[in-house]
Amino acid sequence: MSHHFVEFKDVRFQYPDGTEALKGVSFRITHGESVGIVGANGSGKSTLLLHMNGYFLPSKGTVTVGDIELQKSTRQEVRRKVGIVFQNPDDQLFMPTVYDDVSFGPLNLGMSPECVKERVHEALTTVNCLDLRDKPPHHLSGGQKSAVAIASVIAMEPDILVMDEPAAYLDPRSRRSLITMLKTFVHTKIIASHDLDLILDVCARCIVIRDGIVVADGPSKAILSDRTLLEENNLELPLSLQRC
Amino acid sequence: MHMADALLSPAVGATFWAGTLAAIGLASRNLKKNIDDKVIPLMGVMGAFIFASQMINFTIPGTGSSGHIGGGMILAIILGPAAAFLAIASVLTVQGLFFADGGLLALGCNIWNMGIYPCFIVYPLVYKPLAGDSRSSVRILAVSVLSTVLALQLGALSVVLETTLSGKSELPFRTFILLMQPIHLAIGIVEGFITAAVINYVRTAQPEIIGTSAASRPLGPEVSVKKLVIAFFVFAVITGGFLSWFASSHPDGLEWAIQKITNSREPAGREPGTAQVLKDIQGKTTVFPGYGFKPGTDVPAQHKQVPAWPGIDAGKSLAGVFGAIVVLGVIILIGIGIRMIRRRQV
Amino acid sequence: MSFDEEYFNIGRLDRLSYQDTIVHRLDPRAKVVCTALFLFTVISFSKYEITALLPFFLFPVMLTTLGDIPIGFLLKKIAIVSPFAIFIGIFNPVLDTRTVVVIAGIPLSAGWISFVTILLKFVLTISAALLLIATTSFPGICHALRRLGVPAVFVSQLLFLYRYLFVLTEEAMRLVRAKDMRSFGSRGSSMKVVARLIGTLFFRTVERAERIYSAMLARGFNGDMPSLKEYRFRAVDGLYVSLTVLFLVLFRLYPVTDLFGHFIQEILP
Repeated sequence: MSHHFVEFKDVRFQYPDGTEALKGVSFRITHGESVGIVGANGSGKSTLLLHMNGYFLPSKGTVTVGDIELQKSTRQEVRRKVGIVFQNPDDQLFMPTVYDDVSFGPLNLGMSPECVKERVHEALTTVNCLDLRDKPPHHLSGGQKSAVAIASVIAMEPDILVMDEPAAYLDPRSRRSLITMLKTFVHTKIIASHDLDLILDVCARCIVIRDGIVVADGPSKAILSDRTLLEENNLELPLSLQRC
Repeated sequence: MHMADALLSPAVGATFWAGTLAAIGLASRNLKKNIDDKVIPLMGVMGAFIFASQMINFTIPGTGSSGHIGGGMILAIILGPAAAFLAIASVLTVQGLFFADGGLLALGCNIWNMGIYPCFIVYPLVYKPLAGDSRSSVRILAVSVLSTVLALQLGALSVVLETTLSGKSELPFRTFILLMQPIHLAIGIVEGFITAAVINYVRTAQPEIIGTSAASRPLGPEVSVKKLVIAFFVFAVITGGFLSWFASSHPDGLEWAIQKITNSREPAGREPGTAQVLKDIQGKTTVFPGYGFKPGTDVPAQHKQVPAWPGIDAGKSLAGVFGAIVVLGVIILIGIGIRMIRRRQV
Repeated sequence: MSFDEEYFNIGRLDRLSYQDTIVHRLDPRAKVVCTALFLFTVISFSKYEITALLPFFLFPVMLTTLGDIPIGFLLKKIAIVSPFAIFIGIFNPVLDTRTVVVIAGIPLSAGWISFVTILLKFVLTISAALLLIATTSFPGICHALRRLGVPAVFVSQLLFLYRYLFVLTEEAMRLVRAKDMRSFGSRGSSMKVVARLIGTLFFRTVERAERIYSAMLARGFNGDMPSLKEYRFRAVDGLYVSLTVLFLVLFRLYPVTDLFGHFIQEILP
């Protein structure tokens, strides 16, 4: 019924300098799922995410988003479906004002100015940042930046929302409001993070990556309480599970 | 060595702005045709990089004073001439606004002095032929020092020319040259060493960067850069000729124009006080068009009491002092008044 | 000035430009054009024009007060950039010593008059530039430039520079702090260390450019930097431009100060 799925089939990727970052990754994420992607530094998480919108194309294997197989020619189409929120909001927010930044994507989609205005208004309302619209990004706090970065992506109304370490720069309170906000989103969500509590809170399913391959894939509750598996991957039990 | 508005005449300021705008136009066109999108953010961020690097101070060996880099050559080597020129122009624009370095009219001169020479003259004619694909760090060092020294000498010479042509400073051309060139020789050598160090460091740590942005993806084919250089030389010669003609026949373009206007529209009936002033102004402008005083010789009879400056007599000077007090007083009162009204509103 | 000071100074000016006052609400185009006209008029005066320049102080005073710009801050910024103009100008009194005016028994040389003229022009032009940025947000100025015909590539360049100026300056500040903390009081730094610092900053910048580019691609970037922001040129902007032009012409053609002076002299007994 739904076309909002992401499928990786034996995806391999080699950087130009010869480093093999992905060595055969396969998984399928279906409509409405929330999936956490965890793994040690350098395990290949970021490379994986950059495949989801065609910034990288697999050296071998296939990535399918909806009904479209990712290729050089289908990149733009895939980018309409998949919105990526990058780790550092300073990289994500490259336009001089919040308003310009949030409207950047919709304008590139070729929408009419009225339509764009509406989208921007909606997106900023969703993340509670409407009153920041005329500010330049460097006048925002870390939490506000992250929220606006998310707005800049949801303004394009992607089917699938991909986030890289969304809580990295946030204080505990901003992190908490981010989690609350993420839970209200109906999009298919894919979140890469070291913040396992956040994953446990937001994502029902979890994929563990090590050295470019999937080493575990299943319900977050089971995976994130498996102490040996986590420690093998330079991870620790989520704080909320350590108490018991 | 930022040129300043206060030292400029409108003719010189406008001419250099025209040249600078033409260069910005040409470089933008050249870039639009020849780059891939990836360079757009790279250029922008590189401008910010130069801006930030300029805030890092270092001690100049042997002098104890501190300096910072200019960065023109670094950018030209890494981004290629057209992109580097736009990046430098944008850095200088932001500095012109946020630091008011020099001012906004002088910005045209400043972009010319610090952008055109390293990007369109020294890089294609000196750096590229001598060290373009060199792998020897000694060679890069030597050529970098030579290039930055040349670029800075040309820039300093420009400052002197602009100041002298504007005629607001009494400094004789030769003295000014003797003052500026040696200082900039020293600065150029230091900057050259830093440029070479950065380029060499980048080259050893991540060689593909210089490769990707300047060499293997040329920002505009070789031919067009050469054409650009020739165009600039032609432009410079024309500008120079035009300026020297302009400076000699009409010391000050706008002033000259205004003088014509005021002369042709002489008011018919005049009040004594006002008339005296207008007459003075007229007398001054006709006897002494623009600057350059001819003291003593052609003093009109009624002004004999102050032989050196016929246009101004003691009475008028006093009037000037009174007027100054009143005008400044009024302006300050207006300021205070607005402040008070605004306070009350808040 | 130390790195930190310099950085926070830009930041302060930047914050001022986002205030909401009558002046800030004016269309950026009107402000850019008026500033340019003002600058041209001021420097069009010959080099012995102290009195004629004085009325022009009305312009910065109006902008400072109506735009809520702290005067002390402005004066300090002007003082910081003054050395070059003073350095060049101070030769005038030395080289041009012909006495031209005697006021209250004190002889004044042409050189001093031209030096003071340079200083007045300096204060007027620099304050005009600073007031433009203090009362107009940088994106606004860029928008104005674009509408006035400056090429799009250059304007998007300026916008990128503005956006990452603060980010990279902070990055540089962190590097400098880290270096200072381990250099134990040896003031300044050798060129070698600075070259490394700049090299490091360079790599971080290139990596950042990569990340920005990927973020742009992710949102459909295809070489264009679209903007929705609309500025409307309203009646009040027209009024501002006409008033400015009127006063500039008035002050340029009529020696207001001298007229006042004569008036005072005539009414004085």
